[in-house]
Amino acid sequence: MDLGRSVVIKGELSASEDLTIEGTVDGKIELRDNTLTIGATAHIKAEVFAKVVIVLGEVNGNVAAIERVDIRDGGAVDGDLVSPRVAIADGAHFRGSVDMQKKDIQRKDTASRPQNPAQPAAAVR
Amino acid sequence: MAISDLFFRGRADRDAAHDTPGPQHAGTKALSRFLATLGALEQPVLVDLGPAVGSNVTFFGERLGCRTVIEDLFTDIDRHVREDRVADLPRFFEQRFPHEDDSVDGILCWDVFDYLSSDAAVTLAERLTRMLRPCGVLLAFFNTTEPAPDAFRYTKHLVIDQGTLERRPYEAACGKRRPVLSREVESMFTPLRVAEQFLLKSQIREVLFKKLDERIGAGSALSVVDR
Repeated sequence: MDLGRSVVIKGELSASEDLTIEGTVDGKIELRDNTLTIGATAHIKAEVFAKVVIVLGEVNGNVAAIERVDIRDGGAVDGDLVSPRVAIADGAHFRGSVDMQKKDIQRKDTASRPQNPAQPAAAVR
Repeated sequence: MAISDLFFRGRADRDAAHDTPGPQHAGTKALSRFLATLGALEQPVLVDLGPAVGSNVTFFGERLGCRTVIEDLFTDIDRHVREDRVADLPRFFEQRFPHEDDSVDGILCWDVFDYLSSDAAVTLAERLTRMLRPCGVLLAFFNTTEPAPDAFRYTKHLVIDQGTLERRPYEAACGKRRPVLSREVESMFTPLRVAEQFLLKSQIREVLFKKLDERIGAGSALSVVDR
C-alpha cells in the first residue's frame, strides 16, 4: 500500500501489510510483521516500529526494527535506532544512537529462538 | 631541468593541494587495543565523534554489541566556520553532549582535535573526560606535521578490520591547524592517562587514553590493555 505525498496523518498508524509512505506522519507507526518504506518525499515525526524499515526520506524520531533498518542515500534520521542489523549508506544523514547485538550473540539467539517473526526479542532491549 | 618544468611542478603541487585525494588504506595499532578494552564489557556505550559511517556502525555493533552514539563534530565545526562563529566553539562544546558524567565506555575522536583552536580543544577534552566512565577509553589521532595551508578537508575513517582503516577525505570549510605537541596533548586530557601511544609511518600519532578508576588505584589502570 502507498500513502502519497499529499497524505497527512496525525496519530497512530498501524498496518498488516507492507507500506510505503511519501507523505507526512506525526505520531506513531507500527508494522510489526511488515516492511515500512519511508519514501524520498516523506516527512515522518514519529516513533517507528516495523519488521524492516527502509528510509529514503526524513525521519525525526526513534526507529526500531525486528530484522533491519536501512538508511539509503539521501535518507535522514534524527533519532535512535534499535535493530539487529543496521545499514547506513554513504550520503545518508544520521544523528542518534544505534543499538545492535554482537554477531555471536545473534547466532546463538537465532539457533535457540523459535521461528516467530512477530517476536521483537532482538529489537527491544 | 627546464625553468618551465619548475613552474609546471609548482602548479601541479597547488592543484594537488586543492584536489580531494582518493581513499587510502592505512594501518592502525591503537584501534585493536581500544576494541580489546571495550570487548570485555557487556553492551558498552560508544560515542563516535566522526560522521555516520554505516560499515563502522555494523562493525562496532557486531563486534562489541555496543550502543553506538554518533555525535558528528565535523559537521558542527563546519557550520561554525561557515557562519564565522569559530570563537563560540568552546561554549558550544560545553553544552553539546547530552551524556551524563561517567556514562560512556569508549570515545572515538578520530582526528577532530587537529581542527580546533587551543581553547576549543581544551574545552572539548574536558567535557569528554567527564563523560568517560572509570576504566573507559578514548582514542584520538593527532597530526605531527605542518598541514598544507590550503588543504581544506576532513577525513572519514572507515574501519576495514581492527588493524586497518580506510581514510576517505571529503571537503571541509577549514583545514588542520598546527600540530599539537605531545605534552600539550597529555595535559589537555588530564586526568586521563596515556595507555598506549603510537607514531605511525604516516606521521599520525595515535593515542589511547584511559580513565583511572579511583577505587582501584592508578596501578591497575594500564594492565587492562594487552601489551
